Amino acid sequence: MRTLADLRQGESARLVNLLVAGDEATAVMEAGFIPGTVVTMMHAAPGGGPRIYRLEGAEIAIRVELALALQVEDAA
Amino acid sequence: MSRAQLVQITPAPKKKLIALVGPPNCGKSTLFNRLTGLRQKVGNYPGVTVEQKLGRMQVPGGATELVDLPGVSSLAGRSDDERVTVDVLHGKMAGLKKPDGVLLVLDATAIDRHLSLAAPVLALGLPTLVVLNVADELEKRGGALDPKALAAKLGVPVLLVSAKHGQGLDQVRSFVAHLPEASRNLELPKLHDVPHRRRWALQTAKIAGFRRPKASIWTPRLDWLALHPVLGPAVFILLLTIVFQSISVLAKPLQEYCQEGIQISGGWVASMLPESLFRSLLTEGVWPGVGAILAFLPQILILFLFIGILEDSGYMTRAAVIADRTMSRFGLQGKAFIPLLSAYACAIPAIMATRTIEDKRDRLATILIAPFMTCSARLPVYTMIIAAFIPERHVIGPFLGTRAVAMLGLYLLGFLGALGTAWLLKSSVLRSAPASFLMEMPPYRWPAARGLAFRLLDRAKAFVYRAGTTILLVTVVLWLLANLPMHNGALSPIESSYAGMLGKSMEPVLRPLGFNWKIGVGLITSLAAREVIVGTLGTLYGVESAGHSGGGLAAALQHDLTPGGAAALVVFFAFAMQCFSTLAIVRRETGGWKWPAIQFTYMTVVAYSAAWVTNHVVNALFG
Ligand SMILES: Nc1nc2c(ncn2[C@@H]2O[C@H](COP(=O)(O)OP(=O)(O)OP(=O)(O)O)[C@@H](O)[C@H]2O)c(=O)[nH]1
Ligand SMILES: [Mg+2]
Repeated sequence: MRTLADLRQGESARLVNLLVAGDEATAVMEAGFIPGTVVTMMHAAPGGGPRIYRLEGAEIAIRVELALALQVEDAA
Repeated sequence: MSRAQLVQITPAPKKKLIALVGPPNCGKSTLFNRLTGLRQKVGNYPGVTVEQKLGRMQVPGGATELVDLPGVSSLAGRSDDERVTVDVLHGKMAGLKKPDGVLLVLDATAIDRHLSLAAPVLALGLPTLVVLNVADELEKRGGALDPKALAAKLGVPVLLVSAKHGQGLDQVRSFVAHLPEASRNLELPKLHDVPHRRRWALQTAKIAGFRRPKASIWTPRLDWLALHPVLGPAVFILLLTIVFQSISVLAKPLQEYCQEGIQISGGWVASMLPESLFRSLLTEGVWPGVGAILAFLPQILILFLFIGILEDSGYMTRAAVIADRTMSRFGLQGKAFIPLLSAYACAIPAIMATRTIEDKRDRLATILIAPFMTCSARLPVYTMIIAAFIPERHVIGPFLGTRAVAMLGLYLLGFLGALGTAWLLKSSVLRSAPASFLMEMPPYRWPAARGLAFRLLDRAKAFVYRAGTTILLVTVVLWLLANLPMHNGALSPIESSYAGMLGKSMEPVLRPLGFNWKIGVGLITSLAAREVIVGTLGTLYGVESAGHSGGGLAAALQHDLTPGGAAALVVFFAFAMQCFSTLAIVRRETGGWKWPAIQFTYMTVVAYSAAWVTNHVVNALFG
């Protein structure tokens, strides 16, 4: 399954599954990463640093490790 | 008991207390400042406010207490700053009553996201007014919103305002004057079901006719630059170079004006007063001592101006993103980089700002390393030594000089000290599972000129105030110690004065570092505040050169210190924990003397050893 980490710059996809638990899951969802939401990859920090995603008009930075746990499908 | 007495002992009806609640970075403090006339720190990144701040606001027919609170994304209280807000709202904050009402501030440009905080806040059952801030951007970027429809849906009054531009404030005041009843309608979502709450927020925004504004066009472009693998770091280094070059070049003429003004006024005082002990106290003690420090005001203001621009533009969060990789190698995360950057101004607010870090051990590690960052009090010390020992030459044309490079090097040294210590702590006593990193990037904004101007003014006032109180006091005491005891009715020569004796008794410890006894006295007085050593040396050399014309502090230092001793002195200042106010804050934030004691000991040992090595290496190379 594709994850947020697979998106290239400018590419969008719909979140389907969050493979996180506990406090992290709450924090991730409170930031707006909720199944069904369309997310666009905006920027990647140099050297494998965090990625910035746009969702619901906001831009949120998360690490690649977390992006790998957020599964997506094509937004069409 | 008579009626009159009864009236006396019944406390006057307490003023109403209104709490400002909202997500991070939605403009609560900007609104607070507008309503109360106070000057809370404002910045374009989440987590600027980390403790409650009380103020009084005038409303039609009286005054009301207003409390500014840290931003929260929920009422779960996951970090220490969020817990402050939660405690205040539940009336559990010591010294503060439970609020009588809430001003729920939301960012109008992101209302569909921010409304999900409205649910738990409305569920508190307190009279609530919803203030939709940032109306100016909503309009400018083509968004739309109907406050009346939202008010009807939520059952509470809703206002659309722009705190930055001061629009809609009178309405806020008159609403506060007539606090409504708490809303009773309310089909609130299940509070603990985050997706449900968010769906409710989206739906409510839709009912309120919310049209999301177009994304800012500049933000992605600037981010492309800031996060570019080559241009990003280049821009960062360029910014730093501009800062340091302007501190060392732009500030120089200003500093010289200050110095000149101080010299002229000193001469004027000398000519006005008859020859007396009091006159020597003023002209040899106070003027060179306090004056030496006051002359640094322009430099400090330039530094604060740049920090202010960084903080208010939105760059801080980008810096945190860029730094995250590096920070995680040393066991911390990018979020910790924001307090560390603020520590360039002063370690105390930086230590407070660590409250935003959720992980307890990460927070403690950041508190312990923050004092390694080069705070503004070290700037005068560095400048003094650099001016005396490093000739100004071009490194890259007129854009970068040797002195700016030396200054950059010292800032880098402090940062490396911080990172090294973080690594030590995070790989031993403070080891923890790597924390996650999640940060909302605000749009870039023009720094608010008004806020910046006030901040500089406040900074200048505080600086002058400190020079006129603590530093003046230290200087007077020092002058006495440098001239007493009296011998047959005459003052002591400085070498055999109390100050001389004190300094000389320290020489065995100081000689290995290449310091003379005057530096020793300066190290003691710098415990009052780091920059005091500059004033102390000004006074000590001022007393010594009384009578014959000295070539100024720089010349005296050059004559009195070896290059090794001078380098050791700045290295010592880079690492030593000579600040009691910082230790006191560390005690408060860590809840005991254990950590400040460890921190003080560790930093002193590091500073002494590093200074020792520096002295020997530099003297071997250049001696
Ligand atoms: N355009 C615009 N910007 C605003 C407005 N109000 C505040 N800002 C900006 O928004 C940013 C955040 O303002 P703050 O007042 O620090 O926000 P806060 O809610 O106190 O933030 P925290 O203390 O971090 O929770 C600053 O850059 C302000 O200049 C407004 O009405 N319009
Ligand atoms: Mg604030």
